[in-house]
Amino acid sequence: MNGSPVTMSHIVFIILSAIALVGALGVVLNRNLFRAALFLVLSFVAVAGFYILLEAEFLAMVQILVYVGAISILIIFAIMLSRRMMSSEFKAFNEQWAWALVAALALFAILAFVLLGVVWPTAEASVPENAISDLGQALVSPDQFVLVFEVASVLLLVALVGAVIIARER
Amino acid sequence: MQVPLSWYLIVAAALFCIGLYGALSRRNAIAILMGVELMLNSVNVNLLAFWRHVEVVGGTLSGQVFAIIVITVAAAEAAVGLALIIAVYRNRRTVDVEDVDLMKL
Amino acid sequence: MDFILNFWTELGAWAQGVLYGWGLPEWAVNLISDFVGVLILLIIGVMAVLIFTPMERKVIARMQDRPGPNRVWPYGLLQALADAIKMLTKEDVTPRHADRALHMLGALIVAVPALLVYAVLPWGPNIIGKDLNVGVLFIVAIGSIHVLALLIAGWGANNKFSLLSAFRVVNQLLAYEIPMVLCILTVILFSRTMSTQGIVEAQTVPYFVSMPVAGLIFLICAMAEANRSPVDLLEADSEMVAGYMVEYSGMKFAMFFIAEYVNMFAAAILISTLFLGGWKFFGLEDLAPVLTPFIVFAKAVFVIFCMLWFRATFPRMRFDHLVGFAWKFLVPLSMVNLMLGALVVKLTPDGSGDIWAEAGLMLLGNLIVIAVTAVILNRAARKVKDAPALQRIVAVER
Repeated sequence: MNGSPVTMSHIVFIILSAIALVGALGVVLNRNLFRAALFLVLSFVAVAGFYILLEAEFLAMVQILVYVGAISILIIFAIMLSRRMMSSEFKAFNEQWAWALVAALALFAILAFVLLGVVWPTAEASVPENAISDLGQALVSPDQFVLVFEVASVLLLVALVGAVIIARER
Repeated sequence: MQVPLSWYLIVAAALFCIGLYGALSRRNAIAILMGVELMLNSVNVNLLAFWRHVEVVGGTLSGQVFAIIVITVAAAEAAVGLALIIAVYRNRRTVDVEDVDLMKL
Repeated sequence: MDFILNFWTELGAWAQGVLYGWGLPEWAVNLISDFVGVLILLIIGVMAVLIFTPMERKVIARMQDRPGPNRVWPYGLLQALADAIKMLTKEDVTPRHADRALHMLGALIVAVPALLVYAVLPWGPNIIGKDLNVGVLFIVAIGSIHVLALLIAGWGANNKFSLLSAFRVVNQLLAYEIPMVLCILTVILFSRTMSTQGIVEAQTVPYFVSMPVAGLIFLICAMAEANRSPVDLLEADSEMVAGYMVEYSGMKFAMFFIAEYVNMFAAAILISTLFLGGWKFFGLEDLAPVLTPFIVFAKAVFVIFCMLWFRATFPRMRFDHLVGFAWKFLVPLSMVNLMLGALVVKLTPDGSGDIWAEAGLMLLGNLIVIAVTAVILNRAARKVKDAPALQRIVAVER
């Protein structure tokens, strides 16, 4: 590894990425949709682990709160409400799965080739002390991201009202 | 000693390609949505890896803000997408995307 | 004397000294001390089951003017041990067409979120599992994993009643999570830090005194999250035939049981940390730091007594009333409280002498909120009472 020592962070990173990739493969390859949803939850938790390794703890907790605590439950509810499709006589993959595999592998090959060929900057600085209060300030400061913040809240309102109207019983 | 940036990017690329395969090759609409969520997660990992390795030097936090907005948009899109799937299931009794082809020529 | 007063820190330092004396390198000493810390926290968590099972049954029995369990040991105090032996000797059954892996997974992961919370609860000025600087957000996030575990348990039993109960679980727990998070946000506004140790240290005035509304809302939501009566529709015998736990027997059922009591104890310690001042007790913690874990335990026992009191007093709520109560009453009330808290924090600038001003203003605001709420509820109740349909029914009965 270019002479740098292998520390605990490297070992934890390898374990977490193994869990994340196994979870992702379980999502796309599993016929049983409920188990696929549970593998998705495993993947989300591994990604939250990545965020902790990257010293963004607030974002790790938000990832677990929003993805594992809300979106996964939404997905599982939708699976439960459309249960007929989970029995095994329905096919899980469509006719173009081979081309999809080729496309995904080709994309990964191109990305890996490019990523391994670039000399990346190394992280020598450390995260500022009050990262969380700085994040709060960044979200509401007029010269930083307040417009994005307000638009995101309007987006959530629209999504809330829209989802309720679309899924309502007539 | 931090984990090098290229490792994070390669894992994120792998997650993205697995999610892409899931979104392209599955018949069930909910499985396609799960592939899309995987892709959004890989983008978030990318954003935060770049924030930690490149942007922290300057002291700003736009990587984290961007990641929070992506999580917000993913949540909104999952809610509306699942509402649509449930509405389609109620009308057509199927969530197989190959069967919802009334407007095809 | 100093050794006795600072007993816990001295004990930790002595143990680490012994480990260093055996010639272990630093990473091994850290690993072993972390491992021992985790073991102690797990034992405390599970001891909660042993202590609070007989306490609950005896206290509720006394409130209902009957003796309660009194066979096992004098006063029935080892009842939990008898329950544990009973559950261990039962046959472990899995329904025939149920998904075996999911059935087992549900039972396995239901106790994990409850136990994870103990990592960030403070037992003293230096006695905490790990002082995360997003401590309370960690607790909220772990609580949302609990919902997922119950959903898996309800699905894995291949039983329509289990599934219906799982739907109700999600509905109730998500509805009561929102006022809980809003009350935590109000506390964070005042303490300006998300770490649990920081919140305890910021409470020169306990937050229950300055924001009683937030404290009560949080107590109700914590009881709903732990499935305690009067909001325990999910496991009520007359409603759902034990709900999502109906197909579990033996040790798997014991895991649900353990999870409920561990959750209850963690919620009680959390309430005492956030609202009652944690390990502080009018200066006793400066005189004798050895007493701080006992102070925390005493406050938690008090909170659990209040929860048992609620259970023995109120009848069970109907499910739509329950969810309506959360969405239509608790969420607006906690939002009003949050906005009031933001106003008070803005009005009193940062400074140590102004803590009393902040607390006093917030208490005043809370009393106004309570008065306005009482007036609104009174008007609404009067309108229901004077409704013409109800008057006709009352007149006929008379």
